[in-house]
Order: sequence, then C-alpha cells, then structure tokens
Amino acid sequence: MYSFLAAEAEKVDSFSLLPAMIAVPALTAVVIALLPKSRADYLKLAALVGSTIAGAMSFYMLIKFQVNGDFQFVTKQDWVPDLGLSLFFAVDGISLFLVVLTGLLFPIAILTTEPHHDPKPYYVWLMLLMAGSLGAFMALDLLLFFLFFEVVLVPMYFLIGGWGHGNRVYAAMKFFLYTMAASALMLVGIIGLAFASADATRADGTRLGITFDVVELAENHTLGTTASTIIFLTFALAFAVKVPLFPFHTWLPDAHTEAPTAGSVILAGVMLKLGTYGMLRFGLYLFPTVVRDLAPIFLTLGVVGILYGAAVATMQKDLKRLVAYSSVAHMGFIVLGIFALNSQGLEGAVLQMVNHGISTGALFILVGWIYERRHTREIAALGGLQKSAPKMAAVFTIVMLSSLGLPGLNGFVGEFLILLGAFSSAQWWAVLAAFGVILAALYLLWAYQRSFHGPASGDNATMADLKLSELLGIAPLIILIVFLGIYPQPVLDRISPAVDRLIEHVDSRVDDYEEQEPVPTDRTGADGLVAVAEKIHAEAKDGHSEDEDHSDEESQGDGGTESAEAESTERSAAEISEEDSE
Amino acid sequence: MLAQTTSESAGIVPSVDWALLAPLVILAVGGILLITISSIFPRLRFGGFPAGFTILTAVIAGGSLTRVWNDVSENGPAWVVANALGIDFYTLFVWGTICLAVFFCAAFLDGYLRREAFDGPEWYVLLLMSASGGMILAASQDLILTFVGLEILSIAVYVLAGLHLRRSDSQEAAFKYFILGALSSALFLYGIALVYGATGTTLLPGVAVVRTDNPAGLNPLEDSSMILVGMALLMIGFGFKVSAAPFHFWTPDVYEGAPSPIVAFMASGVKVAGFAGMIRVFWQGFGFYVADWKPIVSVLAIASLIVGSLLALAQTNVKRMLAYSSITHAGFMLVAVHGVPYEGGFRTTAEESLGAQALLFYFLAYTLMVAGTFGVASIVSGNGDAATSLDDYRGLAKTSPVLAGLMAIFLFAQAGIPFTVGFWAKFRVIVSAVQTESYILAGIAMLAAVVAAVLYLRIVVSMFLTDSVPAVALAVDDDDLPEANEEVQAERAEVGTLGPIVIPRAGLAAVVIAAVATIVFGLLPGLGSGVLSDAADALIALRISS
Repeated sequence: MYSFLAAEAEKVDSFSLLPAMIAVPALTAVVIALLPKSRADYLKLAALVGSTIAGAMSFYMLIKFQVNGDFQFVTKQDWVPDLGLSLFFAVDGISLFLVVLTGLLFPIAILTTEPHHDPKPYYVWLMLLMAGSLGAFMALDLLLFFLFFEVVLVPMYFLIGGWGHGNRVYAAMKFFLYTMAASALMLVGIIGLAFASADATRADGTRLGITFDVVELAENHTLGTTASTIIFLTFALAFAVKVPLFPFHTWLPDAHTEAPTAGSVILAGVMLKLGTYGMLRFGLYLFPTVVRDLAPIFLTLGVVGILYGAAVATMQKDLKRLVAYSSVAHMGFIVLGIFALNSQGLEGAVLQMVNHGISTGALFILVGWIYERRHTREIAALGGLQKSAPKMAAVFTIVMLSSLGLPGLNGFVGEFLILLGAFSSAQWWAVLAAFGVILAALYLLWAYQRSFHGPASGDNATMADLKLSELLGIAPLIILIVFLGIYPQPVLDRISPAVDRLIEHVDSRVDDYEEQEPVPTDRTGADGLVAVAEKIHAEAKDGHSEDEDHSDEESQGDGGTESAEAESTERSAAEISEEDSE
Repeated sequence: MLAQTTSESAGIVPSVDWALLAPLVILAVGGILLITISSIFPRLRFGGFPAGFTILTAVIAGGSLTRVWNDVSENGPAWVVANALGIDFYTLFVWGTICLAVFFCAAFLDGYLRREAFDGPEWYVLLLMSASGGMILAASQDLILTFVGLEILSIAVYVLAGLHLRRSDSQEAAFKYFILGALSSALFLYGIALVYGATGTTLLPGVAVVRTDNPAGLNPLEDSSMILVGMALLMIGFGFKVSAAPFHFWTPDVYEGAPSPIVAFMASGVKVAGFAGMIRVFWQGFGFYVADWKPIVSVLAIASLIVGSLLALAQTNVKRMLAYSSITHAGFMLVAVHGVPYEGGFRTTAEESLGAQALLFYFLAYTLMVAGTFGVASIVSGNGDAATSLDDYRGLAKTSPVLAGLMAIFLFAQAGIPFTVGFWAKFRVIVSAVQTESYILAGIAMLAAVVAAVLYLRIVVSMFLTDSVPAVALAVDDDDLPEANEEVQAERAEVGTLGPIVIPRAGLAAVVIAAVATIVFGLLPGLGSGVLSDAADALIALRISS
C-alpha cells in the first residue's frame, strides 16, 4: 500500500492542492488583520472571498478525485527529520467529503450570519478555524493531526467567548479545558506509539525508526495487546470528548447554546466530526484488534448517547439547546456505525457525518435567524411563526425532516446504512438505536409544532420572513439535503472503496491477531505449557485433531482471556491423561 | 577531549585561553565599563545610554559566541582555567540563551526605569554581573567555581529584586529572596564539602571517577552514603535556584514584589543557568550515581508540576500566577533532566540525545516565552509597578490591542498550544519522558499542563472577554442606571484608576521580537536543529568523556 504513495509523491508538481487549501484561509486571516477596522463590509467580503476560494478548491479536489480507495493529492515533505515529523497531507474517500463539507459550511456560515461587534477579530478567528479544520482532515502524520486537532480550540474559544450569548465565558472555558484535558494524554499516546514502533521492521527489512506517519505505523505494527489497548484508550478519550460520546458530552450543550450562530454551525458541522473522523482514521486504522475487542463498550455508549440525547432534547425549553442535544443523539448514530465494523456501517457513518454537518448546520442557522428576529430562543415564547414567516417555515420543515431521517432526504440514507450495518454485527444495539429515530421525530416535530404552528401573538405575528439573500445563503444546504436523499450513489461510490480498504485492513490484522493469540502465554504457567506441548505431541502421534477445542476458542471471540486459556489447557491436559489411561 | 592548559609549567597563574572565554569576559568587562563610564560622565546615567550599552554588550557577547562555536567545532571542546571551565557546544548554547535573557531584560528595563524615574546604570551593571555569574555556573566543571558562579548570579539578583526603592514589596522580596537564597547556598556549600570528603576533589571529571583513595577513606562501592548526602544537598541548592517544589516557597513572593523586568531575567536567565549547572554537576560529576539521583529528580518534577499548576488556580495577581506557572515549567524542565541520562542503548545516536535536546530546547523556548510575558507585564503594570492584579488586565484588548495580542501569544505558548514554540518544548519533554519509558511522569506533566492552562486562560479572559472598567461605565450610562453607575464608580475606586498605558519603544520592540520568535519556532520547529543536536551531543558526551 505504501508503494503507491511513493509513486504519487513523485507525481506531485510544484503546486500542491492540499497545503494551498490550508494556506488560503490562513493568509486571508492575515489580510483581514491588516485591513482597517472601520471598513466592516470589506472585512466580511475578504472573509467570504477567502473561504469561497478554499471551498472552490475543495470542489475542484472533489471533481479530480479518482474513484478508488487510495490516498490522493499526496504531499509529503520532511519537517523535523530528527523527530520523524513530516508534512504529510492526503485525502481518501473517508476524508474527502469532510474536507468538502468544511469548504462548504464556512462560506455559508460567513454569508448568513453577522457578528454583533468587532468584525475584524471575528473573521480572523473564523479564517484560522477554517485553516485548522481543513488541516486536521487532511493530515496523515499523527502529530500533524494532533497539532491541528488542538489548535482549532483557540479560535473557537475566542468565538464562543467573544461573540457568544449569556454565559459565554464559562462555556468557552469549559469547552477549551474539556477538550484540552482529554487530548493531553493522547499526545503521550502518540509519542509512545511512535517510539514503541521505532524498532519495527518494514516489509523490505529496513528499520522503521521514529515516525508519525499513519500509513507506516498502521502497516508495520509491533505493539502487544496491552500497549495497544492503553494507547488506544488515550486516543479514544480525546475523540470521545470531541464527538461527544455520552458521559463526556456535558461541554456540548453549553458551548453550542452560548456560541454565536456561525460558531455553532462550525462546531456542529465540522468540529464534532474531528472526533468521529479520528476514531475511524486513527483509532480503527491503527488499532483494529483493540477496537474490535472494545467495540461493545463504544456501541453501548453510542446507543446510550442516542437515547439519552433524544430524551433530553425532548425536554428542552430552548430551541438551540434542543438542537445541541439532537447532535448528541446523531453523533451516537455515527459512533454506532463506526463500531459496527462492517462496510455498511462505516459507509453510513461517513455519509452521516456529512449529513449531520449539513442538516444541523442548517438548523443552527435557522435558529440563529429566529433569535435575531425575536431575541429569544425559548420555545414557549414562540408560536405561529408559520403565518408570519412561511418561507422560513418551509425551509425549517425540510431541514427538520432531513434531521429526523425522513426517507427521500439525506438523513435517512445515512441512518439506514448505519442501522443496517449495526444490525448485522450488533443486533440488539441496533434494535435499541432504532428507537432513537422515533424519538428524533418526537422532539423535532414537537418543537416545530410549538414554535411554528398555532396562533401567532405579539412579536411572533410580525416576525419578518426570510430575505432573498438569506434564502440564497441556505439554498445550497437545502439542495444537498434533497440531492443526497434521492441520489446518494455518487457520494457512496467515493466513500466505499476507502471504507472497504479499511475493513480489509482491519480483517487482516484481526486474522493475524487470532492466529497469534491462542498460543499460550506465560500467564498459563509452566504446567500449562507442558500440557499443551504434550497435547501437540499426542496429536502428532495419532493424528487426532481437537476440533472441539478450536471451536471453543473461536467462540470465545478474543481467545485471549486468562480463564478461557486456563480452561482449555486444563481440559486438554485432562484429555491427554485420559488417553494415557486408556 | 584533552585538557589544553599546561598549568604546572606556567607557574602559579595558569595560562588561560581568553579567546574561548570571550562571551563571559565581554559581559563582565561590559558591566565594569558601564559603571566606570557613567561615573566619569554622570550625564550618561540618564536616558538610553545604559540600556543601549547593555544591549550592545549582550549582542557582542552573542556574536563572539559564533566565533567560539567555530573554534570548538574545529578544535573540539576545551577545558580552560585549570580545567575548571568546560567550553563545549552545550556551554555555548546555554551562554547564548543567557545573552538572550540579558537582551530582553535590558530592553524592558529601559522603559521601566524611565517610567519609574530611576536613573540606573546600577541596574544594568548588576544584570551583566549576574549574567556572567550564570555563564560561569553553566560552564563550571569545578564545584568551587560552580559555587562562585551561583553566588555571583544570585547576589546580583538579590540586589536587583530590591532596587525599586519606593516599593516596600520590592524590599520585602529582596529580603526573602536573600534569606532563603543564603540558606540554600549554605546547604550547597556543605554538599560540596561532603563531595570533596568522599572523592578528594572538587573537579567534576575527578568526582566522576570512583576512587578509593579519598580523604574519608571510604570505598564508594561499599559505602556511598557520604557522596549521596553531598549530592542531596547540592540538589537542594539547585532546587532553590530553579524554584522546584518543595523549595519554591520564595518564588511567588519574590516574583510579585521584584521589579517586573527583573522578574523576566529571574524567570529566564537565572532559571536556565540553574538548570544548566544542575545537569552539568549531576551528569558530568555524578553520572555513576544516576540510579540514585534520577528518582529524586522525578519526585521533584512531579511535586513541581502538581504544586505549580494547582496553586496557581487560587491566585488573583498576575505576577503571582506567573510565578506558579514558572514552578510548573521547572517541573517540565526537571522531566527533561530526568530524561537526559538515557541508557537504552538500542537506538541510533540521533535518538539517544533526544532527552538532552528536550532540555536545551526548553531553555530557549522558555526564555522567549517567559521574557515576553514579563515584558508585557512590566509595561502593563503602570506607574509604580503596581497594576499586577487580574483586574488590571481587564479589557486590555480594548485599551491596547497590541499588548493584549502579544500577551495572548505568550500565554498560549506557555500553555503549549500548537504552532507556538511552547508546544514543541512540551512535545520534546514528553518525547524524552516516553523514551526513558517514564509514562507516569509524561502523563502527570501533560495533565499539569492542562491545569496550568486554566491560569493562562484566566488572564486571556480578563484581557479579551471582560470589559474594562471604563467600558463598563459607558455601558451602564447607556442604560441610565444611576445606582449601577455608583457601583461602577466604587469598582473603579477599588481597582484604582490608572493612567493610560505608556508603551516604551525598546520594550515593545523586544516583546515583538520574542513573539515573532515564538511563532517562527512554532511553525518551523526544525529551525537550528543542527545547533541543538550538537549542543545536546556535547551534553551527553560530558559523562562519557570522564
């Protein structure tokens, strides 16, 4: 798999698309910082132009993307050779659409929302956030990913803290510290992984050395089960908080609710995906066996997230908080799809990441518009908006139906694939998760009913409808919602080769692992070893194969628990002694 | 590595290769010249001359470093002054960092002294003297000379801490610093005596050789108690200097009271020199006893990380907060010290020196970050150096966006945010800890960094996300609420109305340089990696050569 990378790297000409795509918003940020503060319209225009160029580049990439599972647009350059760091950017079917989603959501978020004050730093932070998010989805060097993963906290921190509502400073602090604390140990894990793998030998016999190259680390694994598990857990914690997975989600409602609209859109649409993307790219790709062993835990947390998020969303009085909790539920679905560990599940998960970005992004934009007009997000204070703002009601309906997974709209395709995948590998979890779909319909329809139906009174009766510019701003998202719902095939065509390759990688690693693992380790003690040796000897003597024993080990799944081994060795010892007595 | 001196034949005074000592000599002679010139021409005591002269001295000393570097790279490392000073890449790297610290401190002092209306060649002279002491400490291979260097370094700083004559806080700080510093010096000296007793020499290469013909007549292989106690006392002495917990108690008080530009030097130059001396003594002299002192270092590291990060949470004074953060940084550097003695033996040589590289990189990174932070603090502290509470930073982003932005860069760098030099410093330390398989240490360091981030964020919140007191007054005026207005007035009275912040040009230039370096090293972490690895290899070689 690595040879094609080398070949690709040679083909890269002087202009490399991916670093340029990161550089455009970063440079835009510098330009905006140099513009005079007084010209607020120029600031917005500059931000819009910068993000649109980056977005256009991502679409160009999408068009040029070849339908296969390879990493494409590879740029690889040494950065700090002493430490094994490289500037390694590439996209495959898994990251492709996340990059495009980032390129799409930023211009829309900038177009459809306005900062209340200080537009200059606001756009600087947004542009830096865009550069960081793009970098995180493109980086294939573990440390480079970590850099982007962590650096996006700073702009988001300032966006929430500076332009948010209500308890914004508290929300910003909570968001920053929660995420930073969770990823602190991940850095140790990353370095530990690089050093523990340094003595691995490649297929051609050379020593791996210290490297953070994800492809190299995945292809040349040397770690034992315990070390892999510990390192994976450090990764998993960082991603679980980012997703957020059920017990680690408490930062999300605060951050989402207090953030300015653009911040909420990006947070939900792009930044949460860093967690699920990280689980796929770095969790599953680097630690397939551990993921396979620990999958039930994550499936459970995912299902709990789905049901809990939905239940709590139902009870929310604040429309934005409701959307925030619906994110917890939707991200639970994505986690369910990932840990289903089959191609439908993974495809669904990747697709659902994009869908969730589109529909939740649109929901946040709509809630932001309502708040701008009505200065409240309290559902009880709204009502009858359908009469005063029919266009907004229509848009809201489409977005809401997409979010609850109505067939024919994009949300359905992703959720269906996830449930299909989960049903074939983790049946009961899938059954429970399916209730989440019903609950989603409950809380979304109920919220819609309370805020848009009924008699309009007071300010609700006079609320302004959507302007043409606003309609045009949100139109791309609506078009995508419908398009992806009716004809998702082109997207799935690009996702599935990469997913299949990942599944293949996981299967081959899991096979290796199962071949290795039943060999008794020193845990069974010397007696066990002797017994097994005698058994093998006996087998060789009378050609008697112990089918029963093998199937027993397989049914244990991991085949590595102490008791299972001890039991099997004990029994074989007993059988041998029986044979001897015969 | 051969001793170049032929002291015996030259009589009582050893012949000295002055060219190799150029940076050290330039700083010391610069200090003497400065005080001489300004006493002959009293007019030069005021204005920009002393600062300009000091900066020039630091720059020339730094420039002469490149010549010495070339000399060492051609002829190999040298032991000069009767083997008492080791001139190698490691020494030169530390010297360069000290020159940098002098540069920053002098630039900050300029505006500070004008604002506070002090005329001051003394400040600069003491600064240069202290720096030359630090250089001796970093290069010394003789425990006696180490002590001399330590004392030159410290005594000058004791005086500097108390030089703000109108602030009683400053006097108090100097007094506390002196008392505790004297105690630690006494312990240090006792440690030297014990080491001499156990080994019969104070020369580190001699100490390193385990011999039985020592004055105490002990066989170190059977009874090493004497040298171990000596080592422990030396460790305490260094622990005081680098403000490692549990020897940190002076730090918050002294940092709070001492003049802010001086704190910039104390936190950067003094600490770097202290660590440089520590690793030199323990690695070069007590390399045989690594197994004995490494656990102590790890305990000190854990204590510093926990104490520094947790106690910072309770502070409301920015300088005190930064004092605790410097304790946390000391913890990080101790983790790097812990990683220097790497004896895995299965890695390539480039990988072997990663621990030493971590420490040296931290020296440089920390100097940039902490000097910049205290540089901004000394500008913001206003007339009388009094505005150092968290409230004084409220709304700084509105009143002075440049200063707030620069401060934010340094604070995020200290928190270890990616694409700043602080991240790479943290990263390299974790690399060194992981390499020696000290995963617990690495984990504690990372968690302490998160807790420490709270304190940096609190300052950022104060600067960016909280309205300044005048701005609050305006907002309330809009709402026509007289009683709230009174509240605001009371608040203003409580906080103390400060004059507009005057930004001195030299100070701002130095802060900008530090900020640019912070970002450039953050984006290009490989910058100067050749120099770094040469210096790290030289540090590693110190033990092997003995």
